[in-house]
Amino acid sequence: MASANAIELLAQLNSGAITSEELARGYLERAERLGRLNAFVHLDPEVVLSQARALDSKRRAGQPLGALAGLPVAIKDVLCVDGELTTCGSRMLKNFRPPYDATAITRLKAADAVLFGKTNMDEFAMGSSTETSAYGPARNPWNEECIAGGSSGGSAVAVAADCVPLSLGTDTGGSVRQPASLCGVVGLKPTYGRVSRYGLIAYASSLDQIGPFAHNVADAALLLKAVAGHDALDATSVNLPVPDYLASLETPPESLRVGVVPEFLGAGLDPEIESAIREAIKVYEAAGATVKEVALPHSKYGVPAYYLVAPAECSSNLARYDGTIYGHRAEDFRPQYPNEKDIAPLVLMMMASRAEGFGAEVKRRIMLGTFALSAGYADQFYNQALKVRRLIKNDFDAAFGEVDVILSPTSPTPAFRLGEKTSDPLAMYLSDIYTITANLAGIPGLSIPCGLTKSGLPIGLQLLGPAFSEETLLRTARVFEKATDWHTKRPELM
Amino acid sequence: MALSIDEVAKVALLARLRLTPEELQTFTGQLNSIVEFVEQLQQLDTTNVEPLAHGIDIHNVFRDDVLGPSLPREKALANAPKRNSEGFLVPAVLD
Amino acid sequence: MEYTIIIGLEVHVQLLTESKMFSSCGTEFGLPPNTQTDPVSLGLPGTLPVMNRKAFELALKTAVALGAEIAPFTKWDRKNYYYPDLPKNYQISQYDLPFSRGGSLAIPVQKDGSGGGSCRLTRVHLEEDTGKMLHGAGGFSEVDLNRAGIPLLEIVSEPDLRSAQDAKACLEELRLTLRYLGVSDCEMQEGSLRCDANINLHIPADGKTVATPIVEIKNLNSFRAVERALEYEAKRQYTKWKADGLTIKDAPKETRGWSDPEGITKPQRQKETAADYRYFPEPDLVPVVVDQAWIDRVRASVGELPAQRRERFETEYGLSAYDANVLVEQGQDVADYFDAVAKATGEFKLASNWIQQDVLRTVKEKKLKLAEFPVGPDTLADLINRVKRKELNTNQGREVLAKLIETGEPLDAIIKSGGYGMVADTSVIAQAVEAALAANPKAIEDLKGGKKKPDAVKGFLRGQVMKQTGGKADPALVGELLDAKLAELLA
Repeated sequence: MASANAIELLAQLNSGAITSEELARGYLERAERLGRLNAFVHLDPEVVLSQARALDSKRRAGQPLGALAGLPVAIKDVLCVDGELTTCGSRMLKNFRPPYDATAITRLKAADAVLFGKTNMDEFAMGSSTETSAYGPARNPWNEECIAGGSSGGSAVAVAADCVPLSLGTDTGGSVRQPASLCGVVGLKPTYGRVSRYGLIAYASSLDQIGPFAHNVADAALLLKAVAGHDALDATSVNLPVPDYLASLETPPESLRVGVVPEFLGAGLDPEIESAIREAIKVYEAAGATVKEVALPHSKYGVPAYYLVAPAECSSNLARYDGTIYGHRAEDFRPQYPNEKDIAPLVLMMMASRAEGFGAEVKRRIMLGTFALSAGYADQFYNQALKVRRLIKNDFDAAFGEVDVILSPTSPTPAFRLGEKTSDPLAMYLSDIYTITANLAGIPGLSIPCGLTKSGLPIGLQLLGPAFSEETLLRTARVFEKATDWHTKRPELM
Repeated sequence: MALSIDEVAKVALLARLRLTPEELQTFTGQLNSIVEFVEQLQQLDTTNVEPLAHGIDIHNVFRDDVLGPSLPREKALANAPKRNSEGFLVPAVLD
Repeated sequence: MEYTIIIGLEVHVQLLTESKMFSSCGTEFGLPPNTQTDPVSLGLPGTLPVMNRKAFELALKTAVALGAEIAPFTKWDRKNYYYPDLPKNYQISQYDLPFSRGGSLAIPVQKDGSGGGSCRLTRVHLEEDTGKMLHGAGGFSEVDLNRAGIPLLEIVSEPDLRSAQDAKACLEELRLTLRYLGVSDCEMQEGSLRCDANINLHIPADGKTVATPIVEIKNLNSFRAVERALEYEAKRQYTKWKADGLTIKDAPKETRGWSDPEGITKPQRQKETAADYRYFPEPDLVPVVVDQAWIDRVRASVGELPAQRRERFETEYGLSAYDANVLVEQGQDVADYFDAVAKATGEFKLASNWIQQDVLRTVKEKKLKLAEFPVGPDTLADLINRVKRKELNTNQGREVLAKLIETGEPLDAIIKSGGYGMVADTSVIAQAVEAALAANPKAIEDLKGGKKKPDAVKGFLRGQVMKQTGGKADPALVGELLDAKLAELLA
């Protein structure tokens, strides 16, 4: 089981070789043994086992089963599960139990998946290392002194360490792809609108998407298919049929054109990653693809544009956490500083609750976004960022006129050491330099393992495609997987 | 541009965040370096560029006006940090 | 006039939908606190809004009816501010691209002839309602989110109103129009119609005009309160200006609350921070594109509005402006009732009189809805037609109507059992005239001697004739025969 993938496990479950309960027990034991990785923030064995047992009896009774029947799936703690703790890695929501299921959860339940706990994450999905979590950082299974990436670090670690075969994360600027890259697993960010955001606790609403983590492309396709599709509860979900991603997976795209952006392979990129990416280009050439250079002239503005758009939306999305309807409320909110003496108790209650409930990175982004939207600055900052966002999207539209996919590194560096960048927010923000533009443009992207550094840290290859090209992206990734064995590598864990 | 401590304090009040004097100091420095970084966008001439606010270009998405159930009150109030039997309680608002 | 009063209104009306603007829970008024919520209207983390089609269409219908220009492209924005009755701490509203701009409202003519003209509208936009704060004891306020998320139309007028009466009349006209359209029940007591008013004065001084600082008056809970508060505030501003001379340039806009029991406006507490709503496009909702075909469909559904109906009652039925207004301002049911009776009888003035004097008085006295009034328009028309055909005279007709209201029995039965029926037989009436003359020789003498005026004598004699015929004589015939007889006697 320690290196099993989801599709194999499904076959064993269906053949009766193992039961869901046995499978769940095995993963629970491993998750407990590897608790030091801090991948899970809530994992109640009884909740897991009761689902697995229910599945087994359903199977025994010969009832029709869903596409994920009996497979454990770990959930990033940003997705609401009815009656279960959903804490977003924040002290603010430490006791929050939503009275409803996110649509992705409803679909997992309908597919007969076993919900396997909630995974660690950067607080409210703000971070690139899972170090902003109120539960402490997740650790990289390939080197436990290193970060797992973020913000969906726990979901990446859970799969990478074989504590679960599949997991869901969310990606607002790279939060699925970057931890997938750093942990050596597959991570996919779908097109904006492909997966319903209903029940996904918003960080930046126009950028957030739910995506799968898995050991290989086929498993990712299986999970994506289960959660994708139109949802009447999300006005931004798109009413387009969901292709059967698995059915076409083994067929390589015809006359594949792969785009490479020269600037993405230049300054600022770790040399070991650069050489792994150049190797990957050769793999595609060898497989018969046409590789050509494309220009994304505005992509260098992606990080600054993102750090205005996302904080602006976050400052509004997180305004609701004020200690009134749910969430943390400060016990003591008496005036403490001279400037507070004229402030009403109600306002002080909100200010103190938010000060206690949120960590520093969340506060920083709320402040930045509040500033970027405030009177006198909105045009210069927020509105200008929206215009640059348009230019970035236009770049992609033009590039995808020439190529089917764009190939790049996922992250400019392999996993760095815990604590290395926590005091330098700006340095941390640059972790997402290659992933962030896909969110701004709304296009899909995935990261697949494409190498290991000399020190044994995973390297990820990113493929981007035009809107709703997930099928092509998966098939293109499969071409690489068939030619290499990076996706079969596992960290040595005691 | 550079934000002064007073300006940052104003932003914090607008965002309903109580900051300690030390935090105010730190945030002012960090925000200024981020603002300086994002100011590079102003190099770009965006005259005649339409802002792009949405993740996807669709329009006219509606739901039908169909009545659904309400949450039982106990469920609605279940996460309240302070409540009585019928509502959420906050420090008194004086109008 | 010492000064000109400048008034603009900002009106909020709840739209009549089954479910809330962005989710499916109900919109009823008066339920126990927090029993009408769902994850979306509680603003729970992870929830998303989806626009109610009916809410948007009712909003469109209103704007079209008010003559507003409909935007081909509209979107929603977040208005960010912290308040406990706003669970997300932002309100989904419309900022720079509201779905409509312009339009106008008629200011009805008052009985004294004042009013008239119209008040231009700045814009109409669609937003979500907030919850309510219940101010409890023990240092706490209670938040009730039953109302949170009900679709709300904001209608903002230009400062075109020049008196408190006009402001009230204009607001009443708006209520009437919205009720005709069926888009809102506009109950001020229940808060489905709410009004704030902006007011200042333009005062001629030293050959120039100075403007006093603008005051926004809140807490106007009735039409009467709107009028009283504005009257009070105009006087207050004038007195204040005479004392301190402060103008619009010297003082920012002030918010004052109307205290109905005290009959005064009072300053409201200022917020901690100046309003900075940080509007930005609502990323969870997509824009709405409205094409001409959609506008045409909505326009076709609008029907006749109060102003048009008044005009038609004047031109088609020859009613006075006052009568037309009385019939229209009571609401669509009354005007429909009148329309039906008028059409079925061709007796427009009579129908108007009877409805105003008998029907509406009874409805008011008995506190009925018109639908509960026991005499339908068909029956009333039948009755009026009988009068028209001289089967009954007018007085009998009104007696019959009174009995119809009282007993609810069929018209024929009442006429039969009451023995109603008009005597229009010339010989019978001629006999009665002879008898009346014979019985009252003094009256003839007074007439001949010029002691009494002919009209007075004639009136007296007519009464005698009616008495003799049990009130059934055709009054026109009585007059005719009496005239002839008197002329004969005086010749």
